[in-house]
Amino acid sequence: MVHLKIDGNTVTVPEGTTILHAAEQIGIHIPRLCYHPDLSVEGACRICIVEVENNSNFLPSCATKVHENMQVQTNSPEIRRARRDLIELILDNHPRECQTCERDGNCELQNLAYTLGVRERLFEGRRKKYKIEKSSPSVIRDTEKCILCRRCVRVCSEIQGVYNLSQLYRGFDTVVAPAYNAPMEESVCIACGQCINVCPVAAFIENNSTEQVWQALADPKKHVIVQIAPSIRAAIGEGFNQLPGTSMTGQTVTALRRLGFDAVFDTNFGADLTIVEEANELVNRLESGEKLPLLTSCSSGWIKFLEHFYPELIPFASTCKSPMSMLSTLLKTYYAELVKIDPKDIHVVAVMPCVAKKFEIQRPELASPHGYPYTDSVLTTRELVWMIKAYGIDFVHLPEQEFDAPLGFSTGAADIFGTTGGVMEAALRTAAEKLTGQPIKEINFTQVRQVKGLKEASVKIGDTSLNVAVANGLTNAKTILEKVKNKEKEFHLIELMACPGGCIGGGGQPYPPEGYYVLDPEIIKLRAQALYKIDEAKSVRLSHENKFIKKLYQDYLKYPGSEVAHKLLHTSYSPREPKGIK
Amino acid sequence: MKQSIELDSKISNFIESCLQKPNHKSYLIAVLHKIQQHYGYLSLEHMNMVAHRLQVPTSMVSGVATFYHYFRLKPRGKYAISICLGTACFVKGADKVLEAFETELGIKMGETTPDGLFSLENSRCLGVCALAPVITINERIFSKVTAQNVPGLINKVKMEIPMTE
Ligand code: SF4
Ligand code: SF4
Ligand code: SF4
Ligand code: FES
Repeated sequence: MVHLKIDGNTVTVPEGTTILHAAEQIGIHIPRLCYHPDLSVEGACRICIVEVENNSNFLPSCATKVHENMQVQTNSPEIRRARRDLIELILDNHPRECQTCERDGNCELQNLAYTLGVRERLFEGRRKKYKIEKSSPSVIRDTEKCILCRRCVRVCSEIQGVYNLSQLYRGFDTVVAPAYNAPMEESVCIACGQCINVCPVAAFIENNSTEQVWQALADPKKHVIVQIAPSIRAAIGEGFNQLPGTSMTGQTVTALRRLGFDAVFDTNFGADLTIVEEANELVNRLESGEKLPLLTSCSSGWIKFLEHFYPELIPFASTCKSPMSMLSTLLKTYYAELVKIDPKDIHVVAVMPCVAKKFEIQRPELASPHGYPYTDSVLTTRELVWMIKAYGIDFVHLPEQEFDAPLGFSTGAADIFGTTGGVMEAALRTAAEKLTGQPIKEINFTQVRQVKGLKEASVKIGDTSLNVAVANGLTNAKTILEKVKNKEKEFHLIELMACPGGCIGGGGQPYPPEGYYVLDPEIIKLRAQALYKIDEAKSVRLSHENKFIKKLYQDYLKYPGSEVAHKLLHTSYSPREPKGIK
Repeated sequence: MKQSIELDSKISNFIESCLQKPNHKSYLIAVLHKIQQHYGYLSLEHMNMVAHRLQVPTSMVSGVATFYHYFRLKPRGKYAISICLGTACFVKGADKVLEAFETELGIKMGETTPDGLFSLENSRCLGVCALAPVITINERIFSKVTAQNVPGLINKVKMEIPMTE
């Protein structure tokens, strides 16, 4: 242990601790910008400078380790002046656009400028001039706003293993961009949106679809249907100052009705259906012993990663469409027939925690045979929060309402789809009954529950033992996929989700509330708990026991894996250029 | 990215030998140097090829290639204008000369004019500091150049007038 003094207070911390962390122990929050607790230390912005005795220069506290008897000063008129100067320098060549900016009100730069007391702008620096790069349906790059903290570069390489971004050129011309400064659409970007999450400013934002949705809602000829992903209900409250982990299913349904949607359905229904189809696929593969392990396919970011980086493993991926796409397909076929509306007059909106879903809906192989897409617009949780606010709905005090029937009914197995390990657990519940032909005794597969990035487990079902693995964050996915490729271990089922913690940590979720940081494992944990609680409270917790799913098979799909099920609910993948380097 | 172009066998062998070494990714700069020496610049196809052979992400390769002034990403012009920015030349106004070339040709240091005629690069000290500022155009040395000389020089080169000092 190391003993030191920070602002006159004695602190004892383990060796190797940074000054920034040591200060946190005694309630001192040193301002910071490029630093992120889950990423490597960059030391680029120097906002976190402190004074250390016997050092003539201020030192960056995020990058400086403590030593015995260190004397640290985190505050003095000079330090405050220096920090303010640093922020002023950044602002000198930053657009003056706060009021019209997507991050207005939740921008870290804005926030720091305020806290550090920047009240006037003395200089007008040379301004960087770049066009907004809008090639990707998911992620937009606004280089003029970039402050070169490199958090995006680090998240994309360290957490996602995609290495799409790097710093190009030098000096004043430095930009953060994909290789060769190519448009995002022509890069290996998997559209996960984690760069949006970690960016302290609006240099990365989602490709906004709200205008498209307002227009559909205002069009009297359109039957506008909305579906919401499992993880929305556990996170949307944060957009309205609720504590992380507050579930707001009922309020969300009411808000969507007030916004004018003609029908409010639940992606959960699609999740239950996915499980029935995927469990069937798993059982078939187990019986034939072919194409194992089965790799789950609901995370669009992961699937794009598969196509760029592991095309050789495509045959192992489940052919099931994502729950969103399954439901959307049914909405323009089964449901359209039921309510006798021409599918061309239906506009399907999906509220997703994810920006990769904006990419998914444009996949040609997911379009209807008539050429129109099954999903018309994807909104992120953030975009929906904004729409609700823009409409003037007092979200928190709304009465709770139920989803519409039949495609709004779901089992507890569907709710947990939103968290890492949830798809695995839901699949195991159904597969166990299919494999043994008996009702399962223990419905909770706690072995696969955790928010850790990577987990392997062995699950006993009847006489068979299944080797399973769960990975979130694609660096973790790589670890498992390499094991599969090198045949290090025999796996049967692997759940993969692109985002840290699964969909609850998606690239479209609300920016963190006060007291938390973005990708904070604490937030992820609370959101996951909310989903497990919803699951536990439901009377039906096995996807194949969803009564409307049963009816759907009876009336329309016949049986799991049937020809029509394949036509409507399954898809295919193909290798994608540019090829990723692992 | 399609890899339709060939790589010089010497460079190819060099990459192969790097792959045998423990920290092979650290040879990236060395490999890029060899490519530039051989081909005069780093083409996108070559950078891609190096990335795949060394298994270094393309974003890193282009990060390195764009960071160092030394690397050029476009072919050299027919006339490579090289301006010494060493201390002596700099003090005598080499920066003004560079500026004049940049305005006159409409390109920046390290770039090539769209017609492929001129490219601008900087050189290390040529050891003739008494003659500062010094520039070279291809193999020829010009001394005591001023910003005012620049348009004339460019014209001479364009008209292929035998260049005298
Ligand atoms: S990124 Fe932040 S500081 Fe920059 S314009 Fe937007 S809100 Fe203002
Ligand atoms: S969306 Fe994901 S893959 Fe694409 S640049 Fe951002 S972090 Fe990287
Ligand atoms: S895009 Fe955002 S996260 Fe990336 S370097 Fe710029 S400011 Fe930082
Ligand atoms: S936060 Fe420490 S240098 Fe940026």
